[in-house]
Amino acid sequence: MHLTEDDLILHYYGELETAAAATAADHLRECTACHGNLTKLQRVLAAVEAAPAAEIAEGFERTVWARLQPELAHQRGGWLTWFVLSPGRLAWVAGIVLLVAAAFFAGRVSERLPAPGVTDSAAATAEMRELVLLADLGEHLDRSQMMLIEFVSATAVGDVDLPAERARAEQLVADNRLYRQAAAANGNSALAAVLDDLEQVLVDVAVSPDRLSDVDLNEVRQRIEDKGLLLKVRVLTSEVQKRQRSQMRARAGQSS
Amino acid sequence: MPQTDAATVALARDGDSEAFRALVERHSRAVYRLAHRMTGSSQDAEDVVQETFLKAYKQLGRFESRANFSTWLHRIAVNCSIDLIRARPHRETGHDGADLDQFGADDRVHAGHASPERLMLSTEVQDRVTSALSSLSAMERAAFALRHFEGQSIDEISRALGLKINATKHSIFRAVKKMRVALEPLMSAD
Repeated sequence: MHLTEDDLILHYYGELETAAAATAADHLRECTACHGNLTKLQRVLAAVEAAPAAEIAEGFERTVWARLQPELAHQRGGWLTWFVLSPGRLAWVAGIVLLVAAAFFAGRVSERLPAPGVTDSAAATAEMRELVLLADLGEHLDRSQMMLIEFVSATAVGDVDLPAERARAEQLVADNRLYRQAAAANGNSALAAVLDDLEQVLVDVAVSPDRLSDVDLNEVRQRIEDKGLLLKVRVLTSEVQKRQRSQMRARAGQSS
Repeated sequence: MPQTDAATVALARDGDSEAFRALVERHSRAVYRLAHRMTGSSQDAEDVVQETFLKAYKQLGRFESRANFSTWLHRIAVNCSIDLIRARPHRETGHDGADLDQFGADDRVHAGHASPERLMLSTEVQDRVTSALSSLSAMERAAFALRHFEGQSIDEISRALGLKINATKHSIFRAVKKMRVALEPLMSAD
C-alpha cells in the first residue's frame, strides 16, 4: 500500500513512530511513485526554507531600544509599574481608543443617552470615567502636537531645545505604542495608522544624537510634513476636545 | 572584544541598562524574523519584539546563567507570538486550499526546464512562498513555522499552542498541502 501524503509529511519531519518509520523507509526504497512524491515534497519544502526572511530596516535595533527604554524605566519605577503595564492599564487605553474612534470615525460628536435601566449613579460614574479617559488621551495628543510644531516651525537646529524634545519624545513613545496597539486590537486601522506614523517620528526624536545637523532636522520635518502628520494629530485632538466639551455640557445638564 | 551573552546578562541583571541594550542590539533581528514567520505581519512582529524584551527584562532574575540566552529569548518570543495570534482572532487570514488552486493551472508552462536551484532562487518562487504563507490561518502558520523553521516536534508544538496532537498534525498537514498547491506546479518541469 502506498504512503499517504500525511505519512510523507510525517516522514519528512521525522515524526513517524519507529516502526512506521522503518516500514515507510522500506517502502520508499521499493516504490518509485512514493519516492517521486517524496522528492516533490522535499523540493517544495526546500523552496520554503530558501525563501528570504523578512527584510529589516537599517537601524532596527535602535528603534526597538527607543521604544523599549521608556517602558524599562517604568519597570524600574516601583509601584507605578503596576499601572503603566498592567492589564488594567491596557484596558484603560483600549477604553480611550474606543471612545475616540467612535467620535473620530463617525465624523460627528453625539450626545450620549443613558441606557434604560442604568441608574443615575452608574451613569455619572461612567461619564466621569469617560471624561478622565478623554483628558488622558487629550494630554498625550497635545504634547505630541507641541513637539511636532517645534520641529515643523524650526528654521535652524538652534531653534529646537533638543534635550527637552528628546525627553518629551521618550515619555510619549511608550504611551503612544499602547494607544496604537489598542487601536489595532479594536480593528481601528485608520487610527492605528495615524498613531504608527506619530510613533515613528517620536522614536526618531527619542533616539536622536546630542547634536543634530540642519540636514537631520530637515529629515524629521520632512517626515512630519510628508505624512501630513501635524494635521492628522490636530484633527484627532480636535475630536477629543469636542467630545470632552460635549461630555462637560452633558454633565452640566445643558443640551447642545 | 564583545562580552558573551552570559556576562552581559549578569550585568543587565544587576541593573546595567547599557548591558540590556547590548542584548537587544544583538538579538532583536533574530526575534523579529521568528515573530514575522509566526505572525506573517511586520507590525505584529514589531510588537512581539517589544513584548519579548519586556518579558525578558522582567524575568532576567529567573534566567539560569548556564542556559543559552538566545534559546531562552526564542522561547519567550514564540510564546509572545502565540499570545498575539490568540488575542487577534479577527486577523485570521487563512483561505481554503481551493483558494490556492488559482495559482496552479498554467504554471507548468512557466516552469520550463530550469534547474531546481535556479527555481528556488527565482523571484516567482519566492513570491509564491510569501503568498502561500500568507494564505495560512494563524494557527496553521504558527504550527508550520515552529515545525519547519524552528525544528520543534509536533509534541512540543501541541503543548505550546494548547492544541491536541491530532489538531497540530492537521494544521501542519494543511499548511504543507497549501505550499504544495502553490509551489509544485512551478517545480514539476521534469
